[in-house]
Amino acid sequence: MTSDYAIIGGGIVGLSTAWGLLKRGLRVTVLDGDDGSFRASRGNFGLVWVQSKGMNQPRYAQWSQTSAAAWADFANELGDATGRDVGLAQNGGYDLHFSEESLEATVAQYEILKEKLDGNYPYEVLGHNALRREEPAIGPRVVGAILHHQDGHANPLKLLRGLADDVRRLGGVILNGKTVTDVDKTDLFRISCSDGSEIHSRKVVLSAGLGAVTLGPMMGFKAPIRPQRGQVLITEKLPKLINRPSLIARQVDEGGIQIGATNEEVGLDDHVTQPGLSGLASEAIAAFPALAKAQLVRSWGALRILSPDGLPIYQESPTMPGAYLVTCHSGITLAAAHAKFLPDWLEGTDAAPNLEVFSEDRFAVS
Amino acid sequence: MKTVLPFREITPSKDHVAVRFGGETLMLPRGENLAGALLVAGVMPFRHTPVSGAPRGPFCMMGACYDCLVEIDGMTRQACMLQVCEDMEITMPAANGGRDV
Repeated sequence: MTSDYAIIGGGIVGLSTAWGLLKRGLRVTVLDGDDGSFRASRGNFGLVWVQSKGMNQPRYAQWSQTSAAAWADFANELGDATGRDVGLAQNGGYDLHFSEESLEATVAQYEILKEKLDGNYPYEVLGHNALRREEPAIGPRVVGAILHHQDGHANPLKLLRGLADDVRRLGGVILNGKTVTDVDKTDLFRISCSDGSEIHSRKVVLSAGLGAVTLGPMMGFKAPIRPQRGQVLITEKLPKLINRPSLIARQVDEGGIQIGATNEEVGLDDHVTQPGLSGLASEAIAAFPALAKAQLVRSWGALRILSPDGLPIYQESPTMPGAYLVTCHSGITLAAAHAKFLPDWLEGTDAAPNLEVFSEDRFAVS
Repeated sequence: MKTVLPFREITPSKDHVAVRFGGETLMLPRGENLAGALLVAGVMPFRHTPVSGAPRGPFCMMGACYDCLVEIDGMTRQACMLQVCEDMEITMPAANGGRDV
């Protein structure tokens, strides 16, 4: 079986890309890992988020904005095709602050970025009282918030399910339980798996999250990515308490409140810790005091996929032309861009987005 | 509330205590599993969900499903994880914003 594309990695990044390629009539095979894999797509916070991204690289802010702007159409298309609502809400999101100093410092940074973006950075600063009108459950210790109107959130598990369904519906093949051990290229790419199977394709996309640490160098990439743990908490389903999402807490379409997230450099360890969860709970209660009475039903840890500067990497292999590394921290935010615009870059069409600043050239040894 | 009950006590207790559930007084066996005792007493549903208002009651009886939730002293609790105590004041977690959260 020969595909136009083999996608190594069946998470949100791989499936969004596969979906976009299938929509262009290409034949795609997705190789997904197993339950022992580190799967950020199943453990993330579900934000479709613009603010605070690309403070040092406006092109990243723009790329996030491009994706956020395309998300509604993407969600509708997926919903119409699969009957699955992915719970998208894009009514803005908050950066909550507990001190005037941190609020002012962040606003100063946003102003610099806003100028670099020619003013396209629609945010407003809400003092405590203004925020309380928007969020009646907000706590007295929150001095204010930055409300960014391009922010929102979705249900990442429903997105994953919807994408997997629609990739199959469009004729894509998803192979689960595959561990890729080797990739080589003669006329075609040959991808070898630990179970002895081989997949042949014209092109390859490596979107295996942390799997790229080992597979990347094999395919000619630098792939300087590392794990960063995020622990999260989930409450019982509650009546409407939180209107808009923030990095501290968001109420999902089903009523539960997701509380996040730690940022920990602990290697490939996705366990939860008592200090980690206690810290999250106390911050969430400071933001929304009513959460002190909420019951917690789940907690978990998941590993972010971070490059040294936090930006995505889009790179064609210098040693294996036709192999592409596609990896990022924000697979949910960028899902729409990966579905709708990345295929043009992979196919090298005139409509290809300019992703030059996201190449691995930026990691060149000086 | 009592109709034909599918649940009964295996070993009927002689030591019953008064428990309030949604304004009604029930005599329940002291120390018994609260979810089980409420089922024997014919309580159903235990609550309505906060988002859609759908009725819910015990499902797993082992602390995993969070469907047997009741409200005690303003806290949502899993009935299957509690024992019957004297003078328990139980309310249904109300649907659609009825709760003070």
